[in-house]
Amino acid sequence: MTNYWPLLGIALVVAGFALRLNPMLVVTAAAILTGLLGGMDVIEVISTFGKAFNDNRIIAIVWIVLPVIGLLERHGLQQRAATLIRGFKNATTGRLLILYLIYRQLTAAIGLHSTAGHPQTVRPLVAPMALAAAEKQHGELDEDTAEKVKAYSAATDNVGLFFGEDIFFAIGSIVLIQQTLVTYGYNLAPLELALWAIPTAICAFLIHGTRLLLFDRSLKRRAP
Amino acid sequence: MITLHWLYVLAGMMFAAFALLSALDRANPRRFGNAAFWGLMALSLLGGDFIGDFGNGLLVLGLAGLAGFGLIGRSHPPTTSEEERQAWSERLGNKLFLPALIIPATALLGTLLYNYTPLGDTGLFEAKRETYVLLGLGVLLALATIFVWLKPPALAPLQEGRRLIDAIGWAAVLPQMLAALGVLFAAAGVGTIIGELTQAIIPRGNVFLTVAVFGLGMAMFTIIMGNAFAAFPVMAAAIGVPLLIQGYGGDPAVVGAVGMLAGFCGTLMTPMAANFNLVPAALLELKDQYGVIRAQIATALPMLAVNILIIYLAAFR
Repeated sequence: MTNYWPLLGIALVVAGFALRLNPMLVVTAAAILTGLLGGMDVIEVISTFGKAFNDNRIIAIVWIVLPVIGLLERHGLQQRAATLIRGFKNATTGRLLILYLIYRQLTAAIGLHSTAGHPQTVRPLVAPMALAAAEKQHGELDEDTAEKVKAYSAATDNVGLFFGEDIFFAIGSIVLIQQTLVTYGYNLAPLELALWAIPTAICAFLIHGTRLLLFDRSLKRRAP
Repeated sequence: MITLHWLYVLAGMMFAAFALLSALDRANPRRFGNAAFWGLMALSLLGGDFIGDFGNGLLVLGLAGLAGFGLIGRSHPPTTSEEERQAWSERLGNKLFLPALIIPATALLGTLLYNYTPLGDTGLFEAKRETYVLLGLGVLLALATIFVWLKPPALAPLQEGRRLIDAIGWAAVLPQMLAALGVLFAAAGVGTIIGELTQAIIPRGNVFLTVAVFGLGMAMFTIIMGNAFAAFPVMAAAIGVPLLIQGYGGDPAVVGAVGMLAGFCGTLMTPMAANFNLVPAALLELKDQYGVIRAQIATALPMLAVNILIIYLAAFR
């Protein structure tokens, strides 16, 4: 008879995240509950969790890049990124967002995900530029259209980040995949994993880029 | 031989410095919480092999407690002003991006050289981990370059690093916690249970259907939990490893890497991932708080299909 009780650990993670409890506490509670239901005693559970944390220390080493990024920010990296993005003007809304998608994917792929983001670039630069481009071409925008332009700006940032960052090997997700698979005896090199993020990145560019061009067309139709 | 332990020492010293600078930072009302949190991370990296499994377990409970009960806060270490940064940016131009490029370039070129030239026979680096060691080397080279070029104050890299790590906070440790949770799931047999249940539902030997269930499961779990990192250990234990890799001989690199990306498609569609989906809606003053998600669904769904196809086509060549 299979013991199904350890599945409650997953339920606890789901419930804890849904209730917006602190994820560090949720994960710890879920680990302890799962271990206890799996037949371990308290000492054994804490030891197993501690050993697993220690075995996965490699995930923490991705943060050694922070002093470099911080130093470059000190010397105006964010401002430089902003200047670069401002240079995308004189394009239609869709083309401007495609340029930003390329910028986001390429910089994320070399570990510079922090040069852009919703507070850093989308709110102050990308969304206003996209709105301005739409107004220049189609005149005054109605409220629904303006909302859509802003929503597409934020969406483009997310798509570029998600489908660019895994090409950089020293990122949490890649190291997490590697360490999870090591548990089962599959010892992969980080670049093997990062390499397999490339086909998806290209498809994401093609799919989202096509949608942005179609968005340009729909803007044209909306124009009075 | 240069092993990962060298890197743990490097990272551990960095966290120890963060802890020390936190403790001295009178401007942060929670300075001792921050000092304790980063101090525990330093202890883990520097001494994790000497304090025993139970000691490590207590260390993790300490981290979770400090984070979970709000004992760590955001700091504001000394840095440059907006105006100074603008002036630097204009003076330095796009060359500012170059030091950051040193890191991936060192890791990539180094790895290629090490693996495809006789250099690899020297056994200089720990096997399969040379890229991480080279990452450390790249960071040191980038730091040296910046120091020669821009001559920042000696403490600047640590203070700027602390500024960024405090902005990330406990979320910096979450991926490691989730990986440890995955180990607990595996030890308690969660993977076996879900694997059996799935096998009962999916017809035996139907590789495509199994891949589809894996991809959809990654996306679904991510939608529920708001986090693909949390979904990955669960789905790897349930379907990825027992069925796709062990059962049907799938390539673990493809199953792992693209499986995670299938989860990211879920992130694009869930209000649970507030940072990516709800916060920008608020920042851009959208009337519809789900406006960003609505703009993403038509990219996320085809991307999910694409990822499932990539796993099916590439993992079972």
